[in-house]
Amino acid sequence: MSSKKKGGIMPFLLGIAAALVVGWIIFPKVLYVQETQPVRFSHKLHMEQIGECNLCHSNREERAYATRMPSTKDCALCHYTALTGSSEEKELVREYIKKDKQVPWKASQKQPDNVYFSHLAHKDLECRQCHFDMENRDNLPPKYVNRLTGYTKTTMKMHECERCHARENTSNACYVCHK
Amino acid sequence: MSESMQIHEHFQIKWGMVIDVDKCTGCGACQVACQAENNIPPSQQSFDRLRSVHWLYVYKLENGRPYPESDIAYLPRPCMQCGNPSCASVCPVIATTKDEEGGIVSQIYPRCIGCRYCMAACPYHSRVFNWFDPVWPKGMEKTLTPYVSVRPRGVVEKCTFCHHRFQLAKRRARAEGRDPHHLKEDEYIPACAEACPTGAIAFGDLHNPEHKVHQLSRSEHAFRILERLGTEPQVYYLSRRPWVRRQGDNYVQKDQQRGE
Repeated sequence: MSSKKKGGIMPFLLGIAAALVVGWIIFPKVLYVQETQPVRFSHKLHMEQIGECNLCHSNREERAYATRMPSTKDCALCHYTALTGSSEEKELVREYIKKDKQVPWKASQKQPDNVYFSHLAHKDLECRQCHFDMENRDNLPPKYVNRLTGYTKTTMKMHECERCHARENTSNACYVCHK
Repeated sequence: MSESMQIHEHFQIKWGMVIDVDKCTGCGACQVACQAENNIPPSQQSFDRLRSVHWLYVYKLENGRPYPESDIAYLPRPCMQCGNPSCASVCPVIATTKDEEGGIVSQIYPRCIGCRYCMAACPYHSRVFNWFDPVWPKGMEKTLTPYVSVRPRGVVEKCTFCHHRFQLAKRRARAEGRDPHHLKEDEYIPACAEACPTGAIAFGDLHNPEHKVHQLSRSEHAFRILERLGTEPQVYYLSRRPWVRRQGDNYVQKDQQRGE
């Protein structure tokens, strides 16, 4: 009798709904800081023009396997002066290329300090196997940084590394990747 | 022998060190090189065991005889990278393992919960605990090795045979199109071996006959510390002096002694 007076099952359901909203929507939003990229960039457009990742993402130490963010020099190979009328491109030329200043790209795949990763060891894989659909994106994804751990949301997680290593019959020993 | 006693057998590579105690002058260059290479902050008071961290420690041995028979020796002690590591079997969170090709005992700092069972288990005192967060004097943080992760307060650390140099050597081999599991002599050596001015520390693959440690570890003057515990260390010592070899283990009077 007394439970009916207090509204029956409704407060309980409302409580669950409120908890789910907090847990599934509000908390993840609060947990991650969103950082936008400094310059708009279309991988799709550049892939249509260039057709390969290595030209801009090559690294001397790893002998030309795509491993890094492009430097302003790489951009300047084509964009020494503005090629199109877009305002974003003019800004790139004015703010970075003419001043020979590096664009502070936000890497959203960066591994934490205790992980060693060599692109060279993974050169037989296709870029898209880990970097998903980057080549078909018309814009750069924003970077989400976890406020508590400092890790990025889209970083390759350890279980993903381990799963592929197990499938490929590669060692999953701790020191293969950790330092 | 149980299964765990044969852990070391299935590695094709066995990174090992052979330290010639007779060549060691006790200068401590290896200790300094180790600290600089592995991002160990300078100790404020090096005699304070709470506040100092050592991965490699040079011990002084004495034969205890009066002059003119008195003699001393210096014994650098890195992690022994045991074939049967006592530390790995006691770790409750699998933060330390011996599972990688090469047989280097790993230590994963973010996984370590700081219980220090491994420190109690290690018969060589190779492990140290971070009682405090590391502090570098201003400006010195620029000298940090980027390939070595720094350790926070509350975790255990130890010598890793400069494992990051192994990773870099493998990368170099891959870049040159060679097999990363067949590194040449001296392509990968730890900082201590590189720094030693008398060449007392030799490093290489104990299984590879092309590496000098293969031959040195089989010398009649070679011994390992506390060999009779069955830990199968991958660090060998050389000495032509019987009293030094004798101090490598705990012998009682009637024991047969190695090399005597």
